[in-house]
Amino acid sequence: MEQLLLLLIFLPLVGALVTAFTGNAAKHVALVSAIVSLALALVMVCNFIPDASTQFVVNCPWIKDLGISFHAGVDGISMITVLLTNVLVPLIILSAYQHQYKSANAFFALILFMQSGLLIVFTAMDAFLFYIGWEAALIPIYFICAIWGGKDRIRINMKFFVYTIAGSLFMLLGIIYLYLQNPSNNFDIQAFYSLNLDSTQQAWIFWAFFVAFAIKMPIFPFHTWQPDTYREAPAPGTMLLSGIMLKMGIYGVIRWLLPIVPAGVQDWGHIAIILSIIGVVYASVIAFTQKDAKRLVAYSSIGHVGLISAGIFALNVQGMQGAMIQMLSHGINVVGLFFVLDIIASRMHTYKIAELGGIAKQAPKLAIVFLIILLGAVALPGTNGFIGEFLLLIGIYQYSLWAAIFAGLTIIFSAVYMLRMYQNVMLGKTNELTIGFKDIKGSEQVVLYIICALVIVLGVYPKPILQLSEASVQHLIEQVTQKLTSVN
Amino acid sequence: MNIIITITVTALVVLYAGLFKAKKALLPLTLLGLLVSLGFVASGWNMDQSYYGMMRMDNFALAFTGITVLGTLLIFLLTQNYFAANSENVAEYFTLILFALAGIVIMVSYTNMSMLFIGLEIMSVSLYILAGIQKHNFASNEASLKYFLMGAFSTGFLLFGITLVYGATGSFDLAVINQYLVGNYKAVSPLFYPGIILMMVGLCFKIGAAPFHFWTPDVYEGAPTLITTFMSTVVKTAGFAAFLRLFADTFAPLHDFWMPPLMGIVCLTLLIGNVTALFQKSFKRMLAYSSISHAGYLLFSLVTLTASSSNNVLVYAAAYTFATIIAFAVLILVKRKTGDDHFDNFNGLAKRNPFVALVLTVAMLSLAGIPLTAGFIGKYLMFLNVMTGYHVYLVAFAILNALVGFYYYFRVIVAMYFKEGNDTELQTPVQYQLVLVFSVLITIFLGIYPAVILNLI
Repeated sequence: MEQLLLLLIFLPLVGALVTAFTGNAAKHVALVSAIVSLALALVMVCNFIPDASTQFVVNCPWIKDLGISFHAGVDGISMITVLLTNVLVPLIILSAYQHQYKSANAFFALILFMQSGLLIVFTAMDAFLFYIGWEAALIPIYFICAIWGGKDRIRINMKFFVYTIAGSLFMLLGIIYLYLQNPSNNFDIQAFYSLNLDSTQQAWIFWAFFVAFAIKMPIFPFHTWQPDTYREAPAPGTMLLSGIMLKMGIYGVIRWLLPIVPAGVQDWGHIAIILSIIGVVYASVIAFTQKDAKRLVAYSSIGHVGLISAGIFALNVQGMQGAMIQMLSHGINVVGLFFVLDIIASRMHTYKIAELGGIAKQAPKLAIVFLIILLGAVALPGTNGFIGEFLLLIGIYQYSLWAAIFAGLTIIFSAVYMLRMYQNVMLGKTNELTIGFKDIKGSEQVVLYIICALVIVLGVYPKPILQLSEASVQHLIEQVTQKLTSVN
Repeated sequence: MNIIITITVTALVVLYAGLFKAKKALLPLTLLGLLVSLGFVASGWNMDQSYYGMMRMDNFALAFTGITVLGTLLIFLLTQNYFAANSENVAEYFTLILFALAGIVIMVSYTNMSMLFIGLEIMSVSLYILAGIQKHNFASNEASLKYFLMGAFSTGFLLFGITLVYGATGSFDLAVINQYLVGNYKAVSPLFYPGIILMMVGLCFKIGAAPFHFWTPDVYEGAPTLITTFMSTVVKTAGFAAFLRLFADTFAPLHDFWMPPLMGIVCLTLLIGNVTALFQKSFKRMLAYSSISHAGYLLFSLVTLTASSSNNVLVYAAAYTFATIIAFAVLILVKRKTGDDHFDNFNGLAKRNPFVALVLTVAMLSLAGIPLTAGFIGKYLMFLNVMTGYHVYLVAFAILNALVGFYYYFRVIVAMYFKEGNDTELQTPVQYQLVLVFSVLITIFLGIYPAVILNLI
């Protein structure tokens, strides 16, 4: 049982190597690897005791002279993200089944490689390891997007890459600084938590980390890479980016930013919240005007993430719990949405909303699953999106009424533009283009039905998920407030 | 000492073998000599032998000898058919490279400033000839002349500096000079300061740090590619070892004095190297400018002197050497096929030869400093080194430069994977495969588990 986490982290890596050297069967090998990972993750969830402790801890020295160790573990917060990663990766791989990608073995190997990096990020208890995982997740997605992406992929992905790595290098600077302050000369997270930094130091560290996380999420005004990158990436790439990768930023804030520099968060967190709320409103307005369905969903994603980020910086249990469940829900919903759009685009060869219409008559199954996922995304009560956004809004309300009002607008806004998109794409008159639309089948059905089931199950009965993270979240909030009161 | 003897004897034997037209025997003989030298490096470890106060084979010297000899060995493996296609006198190439290597061993192990000068000259004179060895090639001749003139200048600076330091202390011996500095910390002779600055300038010429870098791009471009490889990896490493022995050890007490000008040099080097590399159309010239920028990162080790400064240079130099050897090896292969070294020739390389493309990708990632490659560990150590002295702004500046670096290193990757090129397949001879596989494995291994070379010195 102790080695379970190690197995979980390195299995995708092995899977990636095997996949890389198999020819036509690459997608099957990748899928098997991803499903085994999922099974391992489920075993882990079953054995997880939902208290605030860190479990399944692996701690072995790695580069001793530099104080770096391979220290990873899972608490309630990590558990959610680990679960998210392992649920989504098989779905994403399965969603790519209908496509004929060139050098498919490399494609699937890169997805699995990325999974490994993501799991390191979500479980690392050593700052250096965290950084390694952070970059190890970036490299494969860069190649996925830049090799298999759309027309303008080279320039756009270069922008994406330089943007993200710029943020992460400043984070590395912050990590080195913390390491130098640490009397025990290591990167251990607990040691970082117990550092005594004055408010100037905290402010600098806050910004060094915040920028990295804000670019990843992305928060306004660091979001400019996102719509283009999502638009040009191949569908699985978009799903990886939006479904899992942006959670790295959110997770980073919860795990590293809040507990290490609570005073920095207290001093500067309101700016983060203001930026997040601006992002929510801004992204919703832009999404409103989009003519391209994929860009519309990309902007809506910025809005959702802004809400999550605001909920976290509100620094209360409700907001944080909302963020946890919303991370999971948003991941599932956005992957579903992008997959539906990919199905439409692979048949119609366009994302333009105006050119589509009346697909529902030709493809009733697709129309139903699309609607369910969409309702999840606009947070209809009874769907998974509702629980998260509701908790987030409570959390933000406790922080400030006005912030909550503006953030609440996002729900109304998103309902309007999402439903309008649905109306224009699926309903209305069938035109010449959409007349030959074939309904979903095979692997497409499997993926979408699973996603729909998750949307409804999590919406009706979110308790097990909330329970997973509750103790850890509470502990975290206590830890932060305690540290703040001891400083003041 | 036995290392120098081995290398010199090998050089002479190879020269005679060339006289007797034993062309087949040249490479095996050379490799044998280098392997024996590596054996001596291993057997001399921790022995700390000193030779009459002139040279000292401590672990520092042995580690740098090891890395330079290993680099040379890999470069020799790349010579298959290379020199034969370029020139009649293959043996001379081999001999001159070996002589340069002998000079390098002296440069990394001197404890007396006269030996520094002798080592530097043995190396430089050999290199002047090597740069211009393609007699009928205009660019090669130009490179040789430029290199010679600039080299002569820089040696002049260095000598003048040595003279002034001698004037202040009355000795060439590094230990005595250091004693003098420690003893007269408050009242160092005024001659000493210009001496240090002049020596710094002389050495900065040799390692190609801005603003003394103007010779590098032209010489690197004009010289035969294999010689460029040698100059930008082995020679550069040796230059830094010489730099360290002088500044990190001997002149350390005056760190406060020489650090500010060095800091200026570092910033300028980073900026010029990276920004100019961005605008290059030729892969070879891009590598030349990238080598300038790497000189900037390497100098980080001297901005803040820590116990591990020397070792950081070793790690960085190792990472840089292996990645650069890969880059040049691939360049030679591509150039052989297409005739010039423009970026466009790398278009579609992933299709023409996936193995080479993958290896070159790892090399570029390492040079750019992406985690899980040796280059990242090197950069990380350098950043850590400077952060120990809390030069946060310098690191922030370096980060901005590293971002620029990503652009030009990724241009190669973009060309190989994302652009369409002609579909002629690219052949890789066995020896090239050997070098590429070895270098790439080392690059990844050091990136994942650098602990093996972290505490060598």
